[in-house]
Amino acid sequence: MAWKKYIPVFALIACIIVFQLAVTAMSREFYLTQLTMAAYYSLVILGLTVLMGYAGQISMGHAAFFAIGGYTSAVITTRNLMNVKGAVLADLARDLGLTIVEKNAYGNDIEHLSPWVALAAAVVLTAIIAFLIGIPILKLKGHYLAMATLGFGIIVYRIVLGSRLFGEADGISDIPPFRIIGSLAVSGDPALRVQNFYIASFLVVVGVVLLMNLIDSRVGRALRSIHGSEEAANAMGIDTARYKLFIFVLSAVFACVAGVFLTHFNGGIGPSEADVMKSVSYVAIVAVGGMANLWGALIMGVILNYLSLRGYFGSYDEFVFGSILIVIMLFVPEGLLKMENARALARALARLRNSLGAGRKQ
Amino acid sequence: MSFEHLLQYVLSGITNGSIYAIVAIGFNIIYNTTGIINFAQGEFVMLGGMTAISLSAFMPLPLAILAAVIITSFAGALIDFLFIRRLKSPSVLNMIIVTVGLSIMIREIALHIWDEKVRSLPYFTGNEVTSINILGAYISPQVLWVLGVCSVIVVFLGLFFKFTLTGKSMRACASNMTAARLCGINTRNMVTISFMLSAAIGALAGCVISPITQTQYDCGTSLAIKGFTVAILGGLGNSTGAIIGGVIIGLLEAFSISVMPLAYKDAIAITVLLVILFVKPSGLLGTREAAELKEF
Amino acid sequence: MLLKKLFATILCVSLLPLAFSCKKQSGETIKIGAIFAVTGPASFLGAPEAKTAQMMVDEINNNGGVSGKQLKLIIKDSAGSPEKAISFAKQLIEEEKVFAIIGPSTSGETMKIKTICEDAKTILISCAAAEVIVNPVAKYVFKSPQKDSHAVQKIFEVMKKKGISKIGIVSSNDGFGIAGKEQLEKIAPTQGIQILISEVYDKKATDLTGVLTKLKAKNVQAVINWSIVPAQSIVAKNMKQLNMNVPLFQSHGFGNIKYVKEAGEAAEGIIFPCGRLLIADSLPDNHPQKALLMKYKKDYESKYGEDASTFGGHAYDAMLVLVEAIKKAGSDKEKVRDAIENLKGVAGTAGIFNFSPQDHNGLDINAFDVLTVKGGKFVKYE
Repeated sequence: MAWKKYIPVFALIACIIVFQLAVTAMSREFYLTQLTMAAYYSLVILGLTVLMGYAGQISMGHAAFFAIGGYTSAVITTRNLMNVKGAVLADLARDLGLTIVEKNAYGNDIEHLSPWVALAAAVVLTAIIAFLIGIPILKLKGHYLAMATLGFGIIVYRIVLGSRLFGEADGISDIPPFRIIGSLAVSGDPALRVQNFYIASFLVVVGVVLLMNLIDSRVGRALRSIHGSEEAANAMGIDTARYKLFIFVLSAVFACVAGVFLTHFNGGIGPSEADVMKSVSYVAIVAVGGMANLWGALIMGVILNYLSLRGYFGSYDEFVFGSILIVIMLFVPEGLLKMENARALARALARLRNSLGAGRKQ
Repeated sequence: MSFEHLLQYVLSGITNGSIYAIVAIGFNIIYNTTGIINFAQGEFVMLGGMTAISLSAFMPLPLAILAAVIITSFAGALIDFLFIRRLKSPSVLNMIIVTVGLSIMIREIALHIWDEKVRSLPYFTGNEVTSINILGAYISPQVLWVLGVCSVIVVFLGLFFKFTLTGKSMRACASNMTAARLCGINTRNMVTISFMLSAAIGALAGCVISPITQTQYDCGTSLAIKGFTVAILGGLGNSTGAIIGGVIIGLLEAFSISVMPLAYKDAIAITVLLVILFVKPSGLLGTREAAELKEF
Repeated sequence: MLLKKLFATILCVSLLPLAFSCKKQSGETIKIGAIFAVTGPASFLGAPEAKTAQMMVDEINNNGGVSGKQLKLIIKDSAGSPEKAISFAKQLIEEEKVFAIIGPSTSGETMKIKTICEDAKTILISCAAAEVIVNPVAKYVFKSPQKDSHAVQKIFEVMKKKGISKIGIVSSNDGFGIAGKEQLEKIAPTQGIQILISEVYDKKATDLTGVLTKLKAKNVQAVINWSIVPAQSIVAKNMKQLNMNVPLFQSHGFGNIKYVKEAGEAAEGIIFPCGRLLIADSLPDNHPQKALLMKYKKDYESKYGEDASTFGGHAYDAMLVLVEAIKKAGSDKEKVRDAIENLKGVAGTAGIFNFSPQDHNGLDINAFDVLTVKGGKFVKYE
C-alpha cells in the first residue's frame, strides 16, 4: 500500500514529539537549541544527498547556496525603511503590506521588509544562480566538477567577505525574527524554543517526504540511471542535462531555505557559513550517512552537527570531519547506516554509554 | 605605468607563478601515474617549510632543507602506503573525498605539532632588508633563489623522466597502466615513487619560498587551489603547460592590483579556473584524450 | 516486528536526555563561561586569551578563590565562527547557568551574542575591540580592549610632530583591519593628514610588494599598516626590499616580540601605539600598572614557554574586572553588574579602567603609549 513507505516518516514525527515532551518534562529544553540548528543544517545535507548519492554529481561548494539564502534574507530584513519616505519602492512595499514595524533590541523603532519577501527573494535568487552556474558546471565530470563547485564556493565566500553590503568579516547581526502567524516566529528567543524546534522539524519532515517522492518518481529513476551510466541514460533518451540541472537547482533551494531560516533563528550570519570547510563537512556527512541514503544522511547530519555545535569535539572539530572522510571512504564506502554496520555501531555505543553512565553517578 | 613598475609587477608575478607551477607539476606527476588528483599537494609545501624551520634550529640551513625534503617525501610514501594502497577500485568521488580528508588531517596534525604561529626560514643569502636593484625594480635576493630553484627542479624532472629507468617506467605507467604492468614494471611502486617525488619537489618549493611568504599550518590550502588551477590551465598532466600556466596566473594576479581592489586578488585564480573549465577543460596545451579522466 | 522496532526507537529517543548528566549550580563555586577562538583564523587572539584566562583562574583558586568561593572556568572553542559562538552562548547561559561570559575574541562573534546576553541578563565582557560592542550601550555588555580610535589618534599625534601629512594605508580584510581603516579614514582629515591611497589586502596574503609598489608610486611620506600577523612582518620586509625608506606605522596588533623577530632587521624603526605590557620593565616602579604587568609576563612566559602578548592581556583584564566586581558586590548578578559600572582606577594590562553607565569600556587615550623598535627590542618612542 502506498502509505506503507511513509512509516519511517511517521516514526520520525513520533520521535520528534516524544523527544520534545521528554526534554520539557525533564526541564532540559535547552537541548532543543542545538537540535534546531542541526535540523536546519540537515536540510542542506538532504538536498546534497540526492544530488551526490542519486544523481552522482559531487558538489564541494554547497555551503555557498546556504550563504546566498542567509545573506539575502539578512540584507533585506536589516534595511531600515523607517526614514525612507517618498521612495517609490518603499512606499509600494508599505502599500502592499509587505513591511513590518517593530522595536529593535535597543528600543528604537525600525521598519523592515517582511521576511516572507526576503524568503521569496532568496529562493528566486538562489534558483537563478544555481540555474546559471549549473548549466556549464554540470557538463563537467569527476575532479573537474569537484574543483568547479569548490571554485564557485570560494568565489561566493570572497564576495561576502569582501563586500561592505554583507558586513565584510563581521557579517550581519541584529536580524529581526521571522514572524509566521500570530506569535509564532523563527527567532532565537528562548521562550519560543519549542515552537522553533517544531518549525525546523516540520521543514525537515516536509523535505524528507518531498525527496522520498522524488526518488520514487520518474525523476528519481532517471537520476539513478544517470548515476549508473550517463551515456547509457542518454542512449535511452533521457535528457540527462535537464535532470541534472533540475536536481542541482533543487538541492540549492533546499540549502537556501535552510540558510534563511537558520539566519533568522540565529539572529545573525557570518562569512564562516560559506567557508570551504563547511562545504566539505556537508560532503563528509553525506558520505558517512551512506551516499544515497536519505535517512542515513538525516541521522548523521543531526548527530554530527549537534555534537559539533555543542563543542563535543572541542578544538578537534576539523580533525574529526577530516578523519571521518578518510575512514569512511577507506573502510565503509557505502556508509555507516547499512544494517550490519548500524548494528555493530549500536552495540559499541551501548557499551560506551554504559561505561559513561557508571562514571557519571555522583 | 613606468617601466620600473611594470618590471616590479612582472618579477612579483613570476615569483609567485613559479611556486604555483611547482605545485602544479606535483599534481601532474601523481595524476599521470595514478589518475588521482591529490588535494593534499599544498600540504607537502607546508610540511617542507615547517620541517625545515624546526630542523634549522640545530643544523645548518642547507642540511635542514635537505632533511626536510627527505622527511616530506617519506611522508608522501606513508600516505601512499596507508591510504592509497587500501583503495580498491574506488570511484572518482571516493578518491576526491579521501584526498580532501587527507589534506584536512595533515593540516590539523601540523597545527598540533607546530601550533598556529607563523614562522619562516632565514633568507638563504642576505637578510630581511637586502635589496637588489634590477633595472629599477627592487627585489630581495630570495626571489632569485626561488626562480633558480624552480628552474633546476624543472630541468631535473625533465632529465629524470627522459633518461632514467625509473622515470621512463613512470612515463610508461602514465601512458598505459596495464601495458606497463605487462612489461614487468611494478606499478604499485611507481605510484609510491610518484607520491615521494611530488612531496619532495613540493617540500623544496616550500623551503625556498618560506622566507618571503612565511609558513603557517594552513598555508597549503590556497596553494593547492591555485596549483590545481595552473595544472588545469596548462592541461592536466602536461608539465610544460604547468609552467606556462603558472607564469600566466602569477602575472594576472600581479597586474590585477592595478585595476581592482587587492582584496579580490585571490578570486582571480578561481575565476580563471572556472572559465577554463567551462570553455576548454583540456587547458592550453592539453589534448582531448588527456582531459578524459584516467582510471586508477 | 516493525512495530517493536519502532517502539524501541521511540523509547530510546525519549530517554536520550537522561544520558546527559544534570548540571547543578553549586553554592560554593562561581561558574564563568568563556568563548574564545582558540583554533581557526583568529587563533592568534583566542589561544593566548584562553591560556591567560585559565592561568588566572588557577591562581585565584589556589589562593582561596574569590571571597571564599572557587571559580570554575568553562572554555569553549568557537574557532572564530559566529554560529558556534551563538550556540555556545546559549549553552553557557541556559545549561551551565554561568555567572558571566568572557570573550569572544572577535567583533563579529561578539555582535552576534550581544543581544542574547543582554536579553538573558548575563554579564558579557568581550575581548574584541569593535566600537559597536559598547556603542549603543547595552546594560550587561562590556569590553576590555582599548578603542581603535585612540590608537589612531596616537599615531596621528606622532605624525604631526614629524611633519608628515601625506600617507598611504594598507589594511587587512578581517574585522580588525576594517575597523582600523574606518577609524583612520574618519580621523585623518580632522588632524590635517591626507590619505593618498588606501588598499585592503587579504589577511592571508603572502606577498605585498604589488600593493606597496602602488604606494611607492604615490610618493607617500609614511605608510600605516593595520593588520595582524603575518602581514605585519611581510609589509615591513617588503618595504625594505622595495627600497622604500619612509616610516612605517603599525597598529596595536603589532604587540608581540615574535613579530619583531619575524621581520628581523626590517622591524627597526617601526612606530606603533600599544599598551604598556611590552615595555613593562622600563616603567618607573611607582607606575600603577608595573607590578601586575611584570607578574603577568613572568607567569605567562614561565607557564607556557612563549612570549606574552597584548592579546592575552585582554582576557586578563576581562577576568580582573569581573573578579574585582565580585569582590565588591558578592555573587548577585545585578549587583556585580552595577559594581562593574562603578569601577574606577582599576589597573589592568591595557591601561587604567574607569567605567561608568555610559562608558562600558573604561579606557581612554592614556591607555596607549607609543612604542618603537630599536635593536630588536621594544622601547618607548620619544
